[in-house]
Amino acid sequence: MTTTVRFETPSSAKEAAILLASAPGQARVLAGGTDLLVQMRSGRLQPELIVDIKGIDEIVSVREEVGGWRVGAAVACMDLLKHKAFAATFAGVIDGANWIGSIQVRSRASMGGNLCNASPAADSVPAMMAVGAIASIEGPNGRREIPVEQMPQGPGKTALAPGELLVSLFFPTPAARSGSAYMRFTPRTEMDIAVVGAGVSLTLDAKGVCTEARVCLGAVAATAISVPEAAQALIGTTIDEAALDKVAAAARAAAKPINDKRGTIVFRTKLAGVMARRTVLRALKRAQENQ
Amino acid sequence: MLKKTENQISDLKVVGTRPVRPDGVPKVTGQARYGADYSLPGMLWGKILRSPHAHARIRSIDTSAARALPGVKAVMVGSDMPEQSFSYIGPDRVQVNYWHMTRNVMAREKALFDGHPVAAVAATTAAIAEQALKLIKVDYEVLPHVIDVDDAMKEDAPLLFDNMITRGVSPEPTKPSNVSRRSEFKAGDLEAGFALADEVVEMSFTTEPVHQGYIETHGTLARYGADGQCEIWSSSQGHFMVRAYTAKLLGMNISDLLVHPAEIGGGFGGKTVVYLEPVAALLSKKTGLPVKLVMSREDVFRATGPTSGSSMTVKMGVTKDGKIVAADGTFKLQAGAFPGSPVMNAAMCAFSVYEIENARAVGYDVVCNRPKAVAYRAPGSPIAAFAVESVVDELARRIGMDPLALRLKNAVKAGSPTIWGPKHGYDGFIETIEALMAHPAYKIPLGKNQGRGVASGFWFNGGGESAVTVHVSEDGSIAIASGSMDVGGSRASMALMAAETLGVPYDSVRSTVSDTASIGYNHVTGGSRVTFATGMAVVQACEKIVDDMRARAAMIWDVPLEAVSWQEGAAHLTDAALGEKAPLSLKDIAAKRAVTGGPIVAEVALNAGGQAPGFSTQFCDVEVDPETGAVKILRYVAAQDVGRAIHPSYVEGQIQGGVVQGIGWALNETYVYNDKGQLENTGFLDYRVPVASDLPMIEALIVEVPNPNHPFGVKGVGEVNIVPVMAAVANALRGATGVRQHALPMSPPVVLAALDAQAEEVVGA
Amino acid sequence: MAKQHVSTTINGEAVEFLCETRQSLLDVLRDELDMTGTKEGCGTGDCGACSVTLNGDLVCSCLVLGVEAQGKSIQTIEGMAEGDQLHPLQRKFLEHAALQCGICTPGVLVAAKALLARNPDPTEEEVRYWLAGNLCRCTGYNKIIEAVLDAAREMRGANHA
Repeated sequence: MTTTVRFETPSSAKEAAILLASAPGQARVLAGGTDLLVQMRSGRLQPELIVDIKGIDEIVSVREEVGGWRVGAAVACMDLLKHKAFAATFAGVIDGANWIGSIQVRSRASMGGNLCNASPAADSVPAMMAVGAIASIEGPNGRREIPVEQMPQGPGKTALAPGELLVSLFFPTPAARSGSAYMRFTPRTEMDIAVVGAGVSLTLDAKGVCTEARVCLGAVAATAISVPEAAQALIGTTIDEAALDKVAAAARAAAKPINDKRGTIVFRTKLAGVMARRTVLRALKRAQENQ
Repeated sequence: MLKKTENQISDLKVVGTRPVRPDGVPKVTGQARYGADYSLPGMLWGKILRSPHAHARIRSIDTSAARALPGVKAVMVGSDMPEQSFSYIGPDRVQVNYWHMTRNVMAREKALFDGHPVAAVAATTAAIAEQALKLIKVDYEVLPHVIDVDDAMKEDAPLLFDNMITRGVSPEPTKPSNVSRRSEFKAGDLEAGFALADEVVEMSFTTEPVHQGYIETHGTLARYGADGQCEIWSSSQGHFMVRAYTAKLLGMNISDLLVHPAEIGGGFGGKTVVYLEPVAALLSKKTGLPVKLVMSREDVFRATGPTSGSSMTVKMGVTKDGKIVAADGTFKLQAGAFPGSPVMNAAMCAFSVYEIENARAVGYDVVCNRPKAVAYRAPGSPIAAFAVESVVDELARRIGMDPLALRLKNAVKAGSPTIWGPKHGYDGFIETIEALMAHPAYKIPLGKNQGRGVASGFWFNGGGESAVTVHVSEDGSIAIASGSMDVGGSRASMALMAAETLGVPYDSVRSTVSDTASIGYNHVTGGSRVTFATGMAVVQACEKIVDDMRARAAMIWDVPLEAVSWQEGAAHLTDAALGEKAPLSLKDIAAKRAVTGGPIVAEVALNAGGQAPGFSTQFCDVEVDPETGAVKILRYVAAQDVGRAIHPSYVEGQIQGGVVQGIGWALNETYVYNDKGQLENTGFLDYRVPVASDLPMIEALIVEVPNPNHPFGVKGVGEVNIVPVMAAVANALRGATGVRQHALPMSPPVVLAALDAQAEEVVGA
Repeated sequence: MAKQHVSTTINGEAVEFLCETRQSLLDVLRDELDMTGTKEGCGTGDCGACSVTLNGDLVCSCLVLGVEAQGKSIQTIEGMAEGDQLHPLQRKFLEHAALQCGICTPGVLVAAKALLARNPDPTEEEVRYWLAGNLCRCTGYNKIIEAVLDAAREMRGANHA
């Protein structure tokens, strides 16, 4: 006999956490469902409880706060685009949001869901890491915060303990003359999973010299990675050809990809350098425009 | 649109226009019913259990736990179907062997590919059916497997069939192998030919299997009654084929099976066979209830036939002034789990556009542990063309000749020899080359990292059996019915040809597809045959109606038949001496049908011959990103001789669709198997067909060199447009990068690796 | 097997149905409500044949649970025509021969309508990128793009009247 799957729609994060913690069998959060339904269909996941969190206000809102913006974990990518002020400030994050699947998928998929699904190729992650986003988590012990880059622990694994759920993502307002970007390589123009992704943010001083930078790569390791050597290669420079070459070399050195149906080690390593360089240039252009 | 009409038929009023198709409104409103859209009262859901192993002996199947699950009404295994004798039947190029066919539908002794059906259940809900599958215990003895065609031909390759002795080899081999058949076609003297060449190019190529990629998965509904009569609703490219194969595989009288043609959501050759219908029918027989069976997308990729992958070597020689003097090709094609790759077609079509006196093509049909190959748009010809047109491109470069000029110099026309015997019967190829030469885009200058590639192609096209009826209704409106499944708008073309022949407005003709009980046998919708063969039957049937109308008018007017003519949809008394009469329209005559002979009907059943082949010449401009290997199609122009475009919009659509399928084949489509022989990319996420943003507008150039054997000059349109595409893209890449691609798909890692290898060579030099 | 009771609005009409939690909205439309106009091409959100709008947003119904329809408003292909008048997009698809087998057509029409509601004057590139989630294997997309652009032109013209 097929077992019934329970479906709950809590109205607070606390209530959701309690449902998850007390579930006797496998329980999953439902945000946009664009990963969950696919995994249920393939049999990879067979939850006995589905907790729909889209009825929880702080999980589906976008709000400006002191020092930055708070985006609910289940805010759909297409909805995020509607917030012009957020989009103008965090162009790199919007880049990432714009690449996840198709329009149909983006009407439902969220940055939070993308992060929690923890695919090594997730488009949101390098983009959010680059701007220093912070994950806000609700659980049996209340609320806690961790930097976004600590969330993915391996393919399909996150730092969430049993009974915990991601509630929102906080994006600190960048300094003046900052720019961010996310770019990725795919064989087709749309619809593909990233073969390599790169998320960059950087800040310039009044003379156009880079004072801060973060360079992050996706799909070249078990989780998205930060490449401090690439950032160091930018800081103190005007981001000239020499600096860009160093960035590319650092990206290639940091990449530890696998061979799979989407890319080979050789290809991904090479592309890590190419995409890091191109993404730095795009972030630079935006930083120069954000005078 | 470039027109060149040789024999000017008197002004056409409707043929050549672009009216709305008869099945259009249901399709844009969601009302059209496809194979998975049918239901019947008390219907059960069928599901199929598939082998997870690429190659395994099936020692036993225990279905008892599945049968015991509440809601499960029947379970079947392969041996529930009658055994078939082992025999290759039918014309060489399209042989069937029912011993293989029944095992392709459901395994018996062995599972031969990941996804091979091994059992099926019918239950009251889909969820229960899925649950029941999990309870079926199959005892597999896993065997070593082989995926690749070259690997399958090696001495020590695992054998799919212990007794497979290669046919077509003399003396017969003593050891079994995976090579089902060797074919050879030869003309002239190869050695003498190559001796005349100033430049000889020999290259080897590999291609991967690609799936037809139809967006509709297979779906069927079967109702098998206690009286032994069965009805099936199924989307296929031929409901008579479904009836014939299903009846054969189940041991039924053909007329006990009635197949209704559901609308079909794409076939491209892949739906010219049965997978689900015998299973659904047998489950329905066992349960006494209708059974619905629909494939998932994963099932489609794992278990339905793609076209073959290949390993090929082609050698051609040319004189310095551009005469191709010799050609030699070896084509090894994967058949998948059962014999029957389109290798004979590949060998026959390979050099078919060129007048070459000395040529040889050898083909090998090789089995391996993947789904059985099925037709895909001009099956075999695009594969061979990738190799041949790449070699021809190199020949052109060697002698410094424009690739279109080289093709023009060697182009076949009516009377030219073929490698398989008969002479070419038709012109048309030269006109496609000239169309491109005249096209302004061919002269657009290219920039950095850009290249232009040219290629040509040939496809036999088909004739075959069609049956059509035409009825004049009581109010003079017309109903025409055929048994040809409509895959892409043929109902409109039939209506156009009927309206033209009868001299009536298009809107007074309604065109439908009848079920197998209501009309004579119709061959599958494939081989680009329907507008030609079924169209011919439509015209002949309408001509019979015209003769009937004239006879009835003669009766009404009491005049001799010779005095009555038919013009503009009415009977006219042409002999003034017999008096003046107002013309009698179809409506007028239909009103008097009872006193002039009864219902007004004509039926024509024919086996059409005289079909003309398809020729296409195309060019493609690409831009390569040298840092990533990504290829962007900038521009694509495809010229095709269609004889006459009955409905130009649908003709353009066929050309554009075929080209885009070819682009996917060229750049990204492939099968990824793991080391256990299991398919990893079972969905559209990682089986990458082109999406709208990947492409520019594809320009279709309609060339018309009418076929004198068809009343409107029709030549089959659907297939040849895919034949040149992969070579056109590869040749464009050659122009953009300086590197020749030898393997499909030319995905970014492959292109980048080739660019890097070339750069290293330059550095090392 | 306890099913969930869902109240929703489909094509402007109040609709109720029973479904299991694991059934997608696509399953419900096709198998419970006999609204087979929405098609399953892949079941995993990769082909767009199952496109509907949910509260005005273009979604793949195979990626939405049936139970999530509660209280929402869904538009499918069956609701696209305005009574006995075809929507301009439907008419233009027929005029331009923008369909061959027609299986992708319901999804493409729903997606195109959603595009024009949001952007009444898209460029060719914008149409192509918006429709990237709708696979078509027959047409090569050419005539689909032409039909959408022509429908957009007509719809803008009518609004200016």
